[in-house]
Amino acid sequence: MSIASTNRLTPYLFLAPAGLVLAFALFYPICYMIYASFLDWNPSQRIGEADFVGLRNYFKLFGDDAFRESMGVTLKFAAVVVTIEMFLGVGLALLLDRNIRGMSVLRTLFILPMMIAPIVVGLMWRYMYHPTVGIFNKTLKSWGYEGIPWLSDGSWAFASVVIADVWQWTPFIFILSLAALQSLPSSALEASKIDGATGWQQIIYIKLPLMLPVLIVTLLLRLIDSFKVLEVILVMTNGGPGLSTEILSLRINRTASEFRELGEAAAMSNLLLIVLLILTFTMFIYNKAQEVRAARMRAAEEEA
Amino acid sequence: MPEIRLQHLRKDYGALTVIEDLNLEMADGEFTVLVGPSGCGKSTTLRMIAGLESVTGGQIMIGDRDVSHLEPKERDLAMVFQDYALYPHMNVAKNMSFALRLARMNKSDIETRVKEVAATLDLTAYLDRKPAELSGGQRQRVAMGRALVRDAGTFLFDEPLSNLDAKLRGQMRAELALMSQRIKKNMIYVTHDQVEAMTLGDKIVVMKFGEIMQAGSPEELYRNPANKFVAGFIGSPTMNFLNAELVDEGGALQAKGEGFSIPLPDARKGTLQAHKDRKVHLGIRPSSFVEGAGGLKMPIILSEYIGAQSVLISEMGGQRVAIEVSTVAPIRSGEEREFMVQGDEVHLFDPKTEAAL
Repeated sequence: MSIASTNRLTPYLFLAPAGLVLAFALFYPICYMIYASFLDWNPSQRIGEADFVGLRNYFKLFGDDAFRESMGVTLKFAAVVVTIEMFLGVGLALLLDRNIRGMSVLRTLFILPMMIAPIVVGLMWRYMYHPTVGIFNKTLKSWGYEGIPWLSDGSWAFASVVIADVWQWTPFIFILSLAALQSLPSSALEASKIDGATGWQQIIYIKLPLMLPVLIVTLLLRLIDSFKVLEVILVMTNGGPGLSTEILSLRINRTASEFRELGEAAAMSNLLLIVLLILTFTMFIYNKAQEVRAARMRAAEEEA
Repeated sequence: MPEIRLQHLRKDYGALTVIEDLNLEMADGEFTVLVGPSGCGKSTTLRMIAGLESVTGGQIMIGDRDVSHLEPKERDLAMVFQDYALYPHMNVAKNMSFALRLARMNKSDIETRVKEVAATLDLTAYLDRKPAELSGGQRQRVAMGRALVRDAGTFLFDEPLSNLDAKLRGQMRAELALMSQRIKKNMIYVTHDQVEAMTLGDKIVVMKFGEIMQAGSPEELYRNPANKFVAGFIGSPTMNFLNAELVDEGGALQAKGEGFSIPLPDARKGTLQAHKDRKVHLGIRPSSFVEGAGGLKMPIILSEYIGAQSVLISEMGGQRVAIEVSTVAPIRSGEEREFMVQGDEVHLFDPKTEAAL
């Protein structure tokens, strides 16, 4: 082999270990999962012993009310959580985008919840929601009100897990929005002041439109994450009461471990994966479109 | 249009005082240029007038209104920024009409106004474009247009031409001068470029370290600079400064330096008498040298031929001087020529206070 062609191969040589790891850690399990979704597979069987049933698992899922409900809960959870978090996160960023002494400390405090392990967050909130010793009900009772069945009533339980998720993930949107805000051209904001814009008008006509690219990517990232949520809800409610908080990943977990239907669990996982892939591709395409647009503008500018 | 007055204006940033006590009056419809080196406080002054910086002390009066603590939008002004400050997400028409839309002007009026101004600025073809799709010069014109559609009482310009290349800058300068003739409004223009100041200003305010060194018409500043700083700042090529001594030779005052002596006119005798036999700084503009027989023999160290003019670098009493002469053909370096300086074109400065004598 000539030296030149060896040189051309060098980067691939260095990439090979990572490629191997990726193949084993990512592609192998995914292929395995796709294959498993076509099987009627019980955990006591080896995969070779399982019967091939084609698409039966998928058809079964579409007729399964519990799965549909779980899908509904997941969609509702993602929609509610991401909407609230976007409003709060962006609002906080707009509020705290100023140079006041101690602001950097405040900002650090704000992003702390994001750094706590989800299991811990779940445990923390479970104790706070505790019907008798939890801080919420204790406080309510000390004010003379009745306690709220935070985790034991279906609709309250859904609200409770939403609150916990909002508490943990609003900071994520907050820091990204704040970064976007601080990179806005300050002179354009000054110009809008001279043009007569009030604080609100500045936000609506200048700040938000200029932040939009970052906000869209943030929204998609959060959406992807909220579809995958598991630990916090697992610890807090384990999907209950009833199916009120059983999001898809919990359903998958139960199908595999409780109902011992590995094939069906794999089929659910695949459906979830497809949803996530669609979201990821949306983000990817959006980013590409932005890049293309920027390139076109640069070209137009050079031409002009 | 009201006159603008700055009274005892002061600006502190924490413990740092940028402007201590600034007093300035701008007449009705006057084009005022604030000029000075970077850090002289000219931009800060402009931004205080605009309302983008808070005022630490003193007052800004527009007409008989004290606007010192009003919001920018309550001051009836329009501003053009150094980096144009266009709204990147709006097209040219939207950029220009933003203020009018905020003021809830009716749609058809807005459209006519924008079209009118766009036509005068040659922007009609670009109304649908976003700022990123425009060249530097076009963006500059959009920024100008955005200010013009406002029809505000006062126009502020913060180094609006400094991001353009030299050729475009000259072009835009001329357009600006024409525009200011057409719409007689209060204009306050900040620049560090003395050529812009001289060509545009009805009144030039030279600033240094937050203080006004001199304020006056371009001619006044050029002919009678109040101090050495203004003398050195205004005029291109820069004024030559030489060390000399005032001596009385047979009843006539002379500025005498190493190897030269320039007789001063009798008219200045009265004021200069007090400085007799003292050291002075002599200021001679490069254009004040006149070539002629019987003058001082000066070696040409370097000759910069520009065309109709040449700038010659020479030496006078061991000090470098620049001489500007009209030339037909290039003058070669290494030659020796004779030059004279008229006594009434010489500026004298106190070496300590640097004030003009």
